[in-house]
Amino acid sequence: MAAAAQEAIHEHDHHEESFVSKYIFSYDHKMIGKQFLLAAIFMGVVGMMLSVFFRIQLAWPGESSDLLNMFLGDRWAPEGILNQDMYLGLVTIHGTIMVFFVLTGGLSGTFSNVLIPLQIGARDMASGFINMMSFWLFCISSIIMLASLFVESGPAMSGWTVYPPLSALPQAVSGSGLGMTLWLISLTIFIASSLIGSLNYIATIVNLRTKGLKMTRMPLTIWAFLITAIVGVLSFPVLLSAALLLFMDRVMGTSFFLSDIIVGGEMLDNVGGSPILYQHLFWFLGHPEVYIVLLPALGISSEVISTNSRKPIFGYRAMIGSLLAIGFLSFIVWAHHMFVSGMDPFLGSVFVFTTLLIAIPSAVKVFNYLTTLWKGSIVFTPAMLFAIGLVSTFISGGVTGIILADSALDIQVHDTYFVVAHFHVVMGLSAIFGMFAGVYHWFPKMYGKMMNNRLGYAHFWTTIVSGYGVFLPMHFVGLGGTPRRYYDNSIFDTFNPSAGEMVLDLNIIITVFAIIGAFGQVFFFFNFFYSIFRGPKAPLNPWRSNTLEWTTPTILPGHGNWPGALPEVHRWPYDYSKPGAEEDFIPQTVPLQPGEEEH
Amino acid sequence: MGSKLIIILVIIFGVLAIAQLVRVNELTAKATKRKEEEIPESENKFNANMMLAFMISLYAGFIWLMLKYGHVGLGPAASVHGQEIDWLFNLNWIIVIAVFFLTNSLLFIFAWKYSRKPGVKAYYYAHDNKLEMVWTVIPAAVLSVIIILGLRTWNETTARAGAEYEDIEIFAYQFAWTARYSGMNNELGKFDYKLTTAENPYAIMTKANIDRSLSLMKVGEPGQSGIKMIEDKLNDRSIMLSSKERKALEVDLGRKERMSRMLSAMSITYADSLDEFANDDVILEDSLVLLKGQKYNLSFRSKDVIHSAYFPQFRMQMNTVPGMLTYFKFQPIYTTDEMKRMMDNSEFEYALLCNKICGGSHYRMKMSVKVLGPKEYLEWQKTKSTYDGTPWIEGDESKLLEHYESIANRIEEN
Ligand code: HEM
Ligand SMILES: [Cu+2]
Ligand SMILES: [Cu+2]
Repeated sequence: MAAAAQEAIHEHDHHEESFVSKYIFSYDHKMIGKQFLLAAIFMGVVGMMLSVFFRIQLAWPGESSDLLNMFLGDRWAPEGILNQDMYLGLVTIHGTIMVFFVLTGGLSGTFSNVLIPLQIGARDMASGFINMMSFWLFCISSIIMLASLFVESGPAMSGWTVYPPLSALPQAVSGSGLGMTLWLISLTIFIASSLIGSLNYIATIVNLRTKGLKMTRMPLTIWAFLITAIVGVLSFPVLLSAALLLFMDRVMGTSFFLSDIIVGGEMLDNVGGSPILYQHLFWFLGHPEVYIVLLPALGISSEVISTNSRKPIFGYRAMIGSLLAIGFLSFIVWAHHMFVSGMDPFLGSVFVFTTLLIAIPSAVKVFNYLTTLWKGSIVFTPAMLFAIGLVSTFISGGVTGIILADSALDIQVHDTYFVVAHFHVVMGLSAIFGMFAGVYHWFPKMYGKMMNNRLGYAHFWTTIVSGYGVFLPMHFVGLGGTPRRYYDNSIFDTFNPSAGEMVLDLNIIITVFAIIGAFGQVFFFFNFFYSIFRGPKAPLNPWRSNTLEWTTPTILPGHGNWPGALPEVHRWPYDYSKPGAEEDFIPQTVPLQPGEEEH
Repeated sequence: MGSKLIIILVIIFGVLAIAQLVRVNELTAKATKRKEEEIPESENKFNANMMLAFMISLYAGFIWLMLKYGHVGLGPAASVHGQEIDWLFNLNWIIVIAVFFLTNSLLFIFAWKYSRKPGVKAYYYAHDNKLEMVWTVIPAAVLSVIIILGLRTWNETTARAGAEYEDIEIFAYQFAWTARYSGMNNELGKFDYKLTTAENPYAIMTKANIDRSLSLMKVGEPGQSGIKMIEDKLNDRSIMLSSKERKALEVDLGRKERMSRMLSAMSITYADSLDEFANDDVILEDSLVLLKGQKYNLSFRSKDVIHSAYFPQFRMQMNTVPGMLTYFKFQPIYTTDEMKRMMDNSEFEYALLCNKICGGSHYRMKMSVKVLGPKEYLEWQKTKSTYDGTPWIEGDESKLLEHYESIANRIEEN
């Protein structure tokens, strides 16, 4: 190891030592990644609590609950009974927090940051400063979103998709006042954070790969982060424009999305706008967004499944190809959310076609995962358990997409609980499982400690059981014709009481599993925080993995990542159990033997 | 109070219990030199077996749900296109369930079967183009079939309605529905949202309504200030107005002036003969009543925000969008009584529900729907009168009944 280089790193470290620059306004990608993770965990707890509150209302409608009164107070839960406007507020903020702050910020923010420089052999991100800005913008937007929960007139109440006119008119629902303004401001800042973050990821991956790391030798995690970032850069600006136009309709009297409206007895003079236009703009981001959430999770699971099956990922190039195909197709399917919006039915047919196309690369990915497991030598680390769980939920949620994509069938189930079940399984569960897999797998790298396996198993099994326990029955609530975003389902009593009873039965099952699942996360929180401080010290390469991050010292130096020269790459990252090799893994830094074929 | 205490105690004990477990675990790990990165055989075996156990319970749960709650209470599709949709739904559902079971089984069985065994090395198998081709082409083929069948049904369902369809307009507003029948001439009267007043809540366009709105806008009346009243107020020096009040009045004035200009234009271009279309419309606020076998072309409009007209039993849904008309055509095939019998449920009714979040009472926004046989439908029609107050039914009743019966019989014959 070159003494001079070490010297240089040391000096570099010295002026970094102050607490503020090391832990708060850090430029170091590893610290920023951990900041994203902590912020996302915090937001996740909030999002989960909100969902437990409204699930209580759905299972035991109109019954008094101390818990609700304790958290929501007399304003929103007088005598422990949830207010019907606040029900919508909870649903809206739950969705917003989970989609944007937990799954987008938490996954991309955490793992793109921690892993990109480490897995491509770079000293840091292309711009440390922009990276820091990205986190702090994320933080500010989180705070604004949380603050909106405490506004007198309530938080935004028009669903996470905030369709106007409802979201534009405070006369229509109280949450469309200050709460909605804060929602828009928060999201605008979030988009800025996401955009600069993504540009940074792209620049880093394109420019800073170490010697020998061709694109076709990149781990699938990096491929997934790269495509995610590109999709984000191309789609988030469209949401930004939708948010700005909506903002102008709200405060400047423009009529982009408003026309012919009488609300609260007041006749508005907006004419010529189109609410459908907003939906096109929203879903132009909204659909790619679901893949922004999912792709990093798929990247993580590819890595984890290959490592712990002790086998190369099957069909590496097909995996990249399908990531690219999904990334591309995700831009031309958005209107499948609008089949019954009044859009031209012919346009609908076009989107049926493109949407079903996207199932093909998805199927390829699933079969490649299965083949990777086949004849493997599987080690069930907690990360591996979650990665397998991800494949299962990706299948189970993906198949119902086929029904939804068929516009004729979507007429019946659109906006029912069937859709809610579909996207929670395929996006909610899969992405969360990917996130947990990532945390368990790279915890040793992030904190230099090991997490406890047995708590990990307990965490996984309670999570997957309660995850399916919540969302499997929910499909049947939807098939029974139950609309989503209903405060209660008492309406069934007026036309089909026996169906109402069955829906209520199912809702109780769902809520009980939701509460079990929420408690199950205690295994994780405890394990996570306990291990940071008291976990056993991690060895250099605990999972016997090939990628570059495991060639750095356990406790990473501040900036610079490698104490000496940067590692050089000689092979792809999936040489597990390669015939002829002594060990069952060959790190990327090991040169090809004479006569050895690459793969 | 009691439950608060219990919740807090449960949480505290939970955390303490886990802490204890971890402590014990740590001590044994130290004693046996166990390392977290090395998963012992027993634990690996446990998780492998759990994979199988989980798969079996997942399937058991799913089958139980299918048997107990499959198509909860929806009953048979009660429209022609609905039956088509149900057929297609079942086909897709079979494919979906087959794929669900097949791929999940492969996943969990592989996970169980190929768990690490001492001395067994994983099989180095990086790619196989033929295999990958297979699972690109097979899904593509299955999806093509799904797309073709799906689009056929979609095109039929959304095709334009012909002249034989009866027009009904469904008007949505926070938080109720109103139906407007096109009357004997099967032509709906025009509307314009600017004509909305307390007496004309559905903004129906007639000469009288236009004049009335225009005068309200220009002159106003107690409780609703018109342009003149606002101008007077602004010019009256004896009234002290803060600059904020003045500004608000000016904004209101500007808006009313714009509206009144548009109303004046409407009044000039309006042809009085159009009144007759509106005059024989029939407006119903309590329920939507339909004739079995009649083909209906529903048009939807909204007063305030987006709603969605969802008729679960007809397998029909369409958003109602302010500033825009949307349509759905359909043909009901079972009377309410027939459905009651088929579902063996005497409390059954058809319903129109709102299925797009529209505000606090979204969950209560419903209209009841009835499908009647020819006789009952005619009896019911005779009790209703049109917009201008004349009876709905004029002329020869027996001929009408005959006509209705032929419509209903068409369904029986199929
Ligand atoms: C086989 C692939 C898939 C197909 C064909 C598909 C199709 C659809 C369709 C047509 C809808 C609209 C349903 C409606 O609103 O009536 C939908 C909703 C949704 N899908 Fe998928 N999907 C697939 C996979 C995914 C994946 C992988 C994700 C996420 C990672 C996802 C996330 C969502 C979300 C979030 C919604 C609902 C948004 C909302 O209304 O709030 N889907 N899906
Ligand atoms: Cu989509
Ligand atoms: Cu509604």
